[in-house]
Amino acid sequence: MNLHYTIPGDNFSLAGFASADVKKKLKEMGYNSAVLKRVAIAMYEAEINMAVHAGGGEAFVEITDTYIKIIMKDCGPGIPCVEKALKEGYSTAPRMIQELGFGAGMGLHNMQENSDELDIESTMGKGTTVTMTIQLPPLDTDEIF
Amino acid sequence: MTIKTAAQTLEAQIVCNKEMEDKDVLCACGSDLMSDVMAFVKEQVLLLTGLINIQVIRTANLMDIDAVCFVRGKQPTQEMIDMAQELGIILLTTKLPMFISCGKLYEAGLKGGGVRTI
Repeated sequence: MNLHYTIPGDNFSLAGFASADVKKKLKEMGYNSAVLKRVAIAMYEAEINMAVHAGGGEAFVEITDTYIKIIMKDCGPGIPCVEKALKEGYSTAPRMIQELGFGAGMGLHNMQENSDELDIESTMGKGTTVTMTIQLPPLDTDEIF
Repeated sequence: MTIKTAAQTLEAQIVCNKEMEDKDVLCACGSDLMSDVMAFVKEQVLLLTGLINIQVIRTANLMDIDAVCFVRGKQPTQEMIDMAQELGIILLTTKLPMFISCGKLYEAGLKGGGVRTI
């Protein structure tokens, strides 16, 4: 299954719509709560980052029997130092975003913690592409991921 | 602890989905930072927050949080109430501040579990 979402950059309250929709679809397919949360957290944080830092972007989601791959692509300012950005507590978010409950430096950390593979390609002035892959458990067992 | 008992402990009003007040919560999380909620909360949690925006409801939905209590007398917007109603999330409000709210719940026996160890 392939899904595509446009993430708005001018309406913060809409951020999170795409990840909620992906979670809903995976739930309907029968995946357990643990894997639903991993996917939802990773994608939601990426959506928030896109809305906050990059003026929105696009999300491409591929769901197979064994994994889900989420590609978040924006044309924002880019990440100056990915290594720094991945550290817990590091944030460049404006104060206004922190007042909205985000931007405390846990976003990329949460994406990393909840992905089996995380790849960030960022070019200053051109944009960022984040690719997150999460393994999906077989649907006919009770295995908890 | 049921959400009904938590509401009594917090002297809280239930704003929506009152018919679900017999659901159990295993622990509570007090935070105004939604990324921290996602990093530390595991399951059957009552979220206490002073943050008022739609992302609180989105976070609760993504994390399967059954109930959110707004502290310090904060009132959720109609948009938040509508979304919570649709998603089956119980909203509560209390005039108590965050620290006292957490203390009262802890004293009443809600002592954690289900959160990530640092």
